[in-house]
Amino acid sequence: MEKLISKYFVGGESFGLDAYEKDGGYGAARLIFDKFDAKGLIEEVKKSNLRGLGGAGFPTGMKWSFVPQNTGKPVYLVVNADEGEPGTFKDKYILWHVPHLLIEGMIIAAYANNVHKAYVYIRGEYTEPYRKFQQAVDDAYARGYLGKNIFGKKYDLEIVVHRGAGAYICGEETGLLESLEGKKGFPRLKPPFPAVVGLFGCPTVINNVETLSYLPFIINRGAEWFAKLGSEKNGGMRLFCVSGHVKKPGVYELPLGISLRKMIYEIAGGIREDRKLKAVVPGGLSAAILSAGEIDIGMDFDQLKAAGSMAGSGGVIVLDETVSMVEALMVTMRFYAHESCGQCSPCREGTGWVYKILSRITGGHGRSEDIHNLADICSFMGGTTICALADGAAMPLRSYPQKFRSEFEAYIREKRSSEAQQPGYESAGSEIKRGEGVGAIL
Amino acid sequence: MNQELISKIFVPEIKKKTDALVARYETRRASILEVLRLLMDYYGHLTLEIEEAVAAYLGIPPIDVREVVTFYTLFYTAPKAKKRFNVCRTLSCHLMGSDKMIRYLENKLGIKTGEMTPDGEWSLHAVECLGACEIAPMLQFNDDRFCGHLTEKKLDELIESAKKGEQKTSSGKKQAAV
Repeated sequence: MEKLISKYFVGGESFGLDAYEKDGGYGAARLIFDKFDAKGLIEEVKKSNLRGLGGAGFPTGMKWSFVPQNTGKPVYLVVNADEGEPGTFKDKYILWHVPHLLIEGMIIAAYANNVHKAYVYIRGEYTEPYRKFQQAVDDAYARGYLGKNIFGKKYDLEIVVHRGAGAYICGEETGLLESLEGKKGFPRLKPPFPAVVGLFGCPTVINNVETLSYLPFIINRGAEWFAKLGSEKNGGMRLFCVSGHVKKPGVYELPLGISLRKMIYEIAGGIREDRKLKAVVPGGLSAAILSAGEIDIGMDFDQLKAAGSMAGSGGVIVLDETVSMVEALMVTMRFYAHESCGQCSPCREGTGWVYKILSRITGGHGRSEDIHNLADICSFMGGTTICALADGAAMPLRSYPQKFRSEFEAYIREKRSSEAQQPGYESAGSEIKRGEGVGAIL
Repeated sequence: MNQELISKIFVPEIKKKTDALVARYETRRASILEVLRLLMDYYGHLTLEIEEAVAAYLGIPPIDVREVVTFYTLFYTAPKAKKRFNVCRTLSCHLMGSDKMIRYLENKLGIKTGEMTPDGEWSLHAVECLGACEIAPMLQFNDDRFCGHLTEKKLDELIESAKKGEQKTSSGKKQAAV
């Protein structure tokens, strides 16, 4: 299978500017100025069926077409490199191995949207990827590929690299904008959508690292070619991140719509020690879990949605037969309790209480009403909040007990307790944290 | 008063760097994450005095700085240990045995998760997903290097090399770099 982005993921190598150019790099960025006007470029990207690969899967070309161009305000491009969905680590590979590919994609997106200033928001923990990317930006400036009159054309583009400081919620696009404006990352009410009122009150295009990194390929080889690589309405390839109990965890670039069974058993080498598969998280921690019997499915946005789960960020976490699903859900909900920003009550309180109940169950003190209570709390967490974090938490919270109910019942009935360590809410850094309300009730 | 405080915290070297950061953004406030990071790197951790100076320098209320400092996990408001282990505990790392690694480090360092040794040398924290599930179980050392495929033996080696002031990274081929 042909590799596109991942052909650059070679050993410990990071492609610098010379190496990238030798491979044809920046060819697409040079081409667009003569070949397309902004509208034509958006049409081309629409034809490619490129979807937003950060998690939402929104068609990229359509997203761009919503940006108003006659407001008298500048339009910003913001790159979401705040990769934080558990099970996802692909953007790190791009930033590390081939930072210039992202810069080239950004130039293309900027030209299509009449953008002259772009921000890249990199998660604070990605220290080395940040250094690599910043170096690449400096090199591109030095060679006249960024700054004034890029490539000698009458077009200016400035890129600012911005680092986050540790908060999952800043991967949510409006939380990211708040954070970029120097505030805590509380997501905004929508509408207005960022396309209209985004960064500093101006129209803003927000795209994921991987989405932008496919643009040079689409320009070089054509939208139709890209669209044909994937399944219907799901153009192209994507970088799947496979982790958990497989023999060969890693990043795999595969066509959208590939069978999950094939991904696990052929591409990722099957289950460790040839054990039995128990369950799979197909699209980052916030995706509903699939049982072993549900893996004959095509991994694209539409098929996974139809199956009640989601393609999300492409993070595939594989669980073998030894896993306690109760413990796995406790660990999952601990994440959301920790990362809820605290703005909306259903999320702040819901994630906290759910984690508390699950800790009680895995601690051997489960009560007979607990399964009912989990479902009850879950029912008011979805669709009641400003952003999708609570909906993301509700997906595993609903699906685990649904598909593995007997395990939850057995835990409670037998007062089974888990070996899992349950450190509380402490984390690196300052003592007072997001979701302090939750910390207080625990 | 404000000018005095600003001069005290924003010494010439820091002021120059801060001004360069501020200039990148449309508003002074937007630079705050980078400015706080700069000050933390220089002073070790963020004190209330630093927060007040940042507020004055960026022209925002001190409470807004407090909100930012306490919202994000990477800002330290108390002195940090010289050698810090932040072990990931989210699902992929959990599946691959992060609990065992945390317990091993607790015994080895003689502290509980979330604590620092009395001599201020070591600290151990359990943290949420760091985006390195392919090398699970993993930890981040001193808020910088990722160390993956952890085993008890690897943790021993990591502690030894940290004592010698080295930064050991994962031995995986691709991941050695990441």
